[in-house]
Amino acid sequence: MDKVVASPSEAVADIADGSSIAVGGFGTAGVPWALVDALHRQGARHLRVVSNNCGFNGLGLAVLLRDNRIDRVTASYIGTNEEFARHYLAGSIEVELTPQGTLAERLRAGGAGIAAFFTPTGVGTVVAEGGLPLRYAPDGEVLVASEPKEVRRFPFGDRERDFVLEQAIVTDYAFVRAAVADRQGNAIFHAAARNFNPDVAMAGRTTILEAAQVVEAGELDVDAVHLPGIFVHRVVCAAEEVPT
Amino acid sequence: MTGGWQREQIAARAALELHNGEYVNLGIGLPTLVSKYLPPDLDVVVHTENGVLGAGPAPAPELVDPDLLDAGTQPITVKPGASFFSSSKSFAMIRGGHVDVTVLGAMEVSAGGDLANWAVPGHLVRGIGGAMDLVAGAGRVIVLTEHVGRDGSPKLVEECTLPLTGRACVDLVITNLAVLEITPAGFSLVELAPGIDLDQVVSQTGARIAVDVDEVRRNSEREGLMLPSDGCV
Repeated sequence: MDKVVASPSEAVADIADGSSIAVGGFGTAGVPWALVDALHRQGARHLRVVSNNCGFNGLGLAVLLRDNRIDRVTASYIGTNEEFARHYLAGSIEVELTPQGTLAERLRAGGAGIAAFFTPTGVGTVVAEGGLPLRYAPDGEVLVASEPKEVRRFPFGDRERDFVLEQAIVTDYAFVRAAVADRQGNAIFHAAARNFNPDVAMAGRTTILEAAQVVEAGELDVDAVHLPGIFVHRVVCAAEEVPT
Repeated sequence: MTGGWQREQIAARAALELHNGEYVNLGIGLPTLVSKYLPPDLDVVVHTENGVLGAGPAPAPELVDPDLLDAGTQPITVKPGASFFSSSKSFAMIRGGHVDVTVLGAMEVSAGGDLANWAVPGHLVRGIGGAMDLVAGAGRVIVLTEHVGRDGSPKLVEECTLPLTGRACVDLVITNLAVLEITPAGFSLVELAPGIDLDQVVSQTGARIAVDVDEVRRNSEREGLMLPSDGCV
């Protein structure tokens, strides 16, 4: 089974307007820069993006935000991204802020066939009780706010506790960056560049993986594989070129 | 203001709350400084929520690995025994109660242990990050904060007015003036910073404080906290 495609451009060529895309990376580590750049050049619009911080200091997904190519973002943190903040407050983009662990688990659950799960995170806050601003009007008023979620008490360990129901995320595409992959998509990450990448890979109906090095099947140490190739549909070789 | 602890000393005081064998998550900002004050013989493992156990100090500039960052995206090293993992596994460690203690910053802490540290209505929200997961799951939650805001308003209050990060989640608060425990009866004074008297703490706190004067006096007689030898205060 050979999933290698010739270039990042070819890997993202079929992504249509309105697609949902989960993107790995945390800060500048493990960001699939080449795929994001190729998508920028490809031109798709009205994208719905799921990514922990959705770009960093004007780089990566921030470039798509700048060019009004993203309609909706699900993220845990936008603080390092001025472009993001500007579009959010101007009402040109919808933002679903979600706790970081909830975001990771929603992606993992999506890939694992779990529709929703109860978590203690966010109970007693606007995350569970509703009222998080999703979209602002141009005058700064909150146009759309988040709905309350179901909260249920369960016995857990040695006590009873409240948990909030959070829904899984499944996306049309997922972008992942690894250090090394083989032609079947088995992948190995380096250090903290793993972060959201395995969870994002699981959540995508079509997962595209870029790796600094692509090797033949059989060349990876099987015991060392972090991401089994079953979660990966396209592999592209892309040297790490962090935009500056 | 005279007396009290500087930022670095708040961090140094927090390091005294950590015990051998603990897995510790340090939040961004002031809590990150705690790692500078971990005594060499203290056997703790530092967790960063982006997927590292065994985080060590920043490397020399020529040894920076761009893939090895902490949750504040600053370069780190790893100590012997470190491991790397995915975000969902990292938060399983947090939410599942495997991380023993987290040290976080605060905008407000209530007498009931509610924490607000992520949003101010009318101001740009920078995000939630991992804070809500940490307060929901970590064994102990230690908050480091200035005792009052920049405008002088109390940050330790009866009820938080800002959007909450979690309810009834804070165990201990360390400020520039004092150390306070959250008990079922509310704030309880543990220790005064050097040069600080009880009246100063009471007048700058927006909630009732229980005080056992003898206990506080005993706790407050510790040696001055060591600052780093490079003096970067």
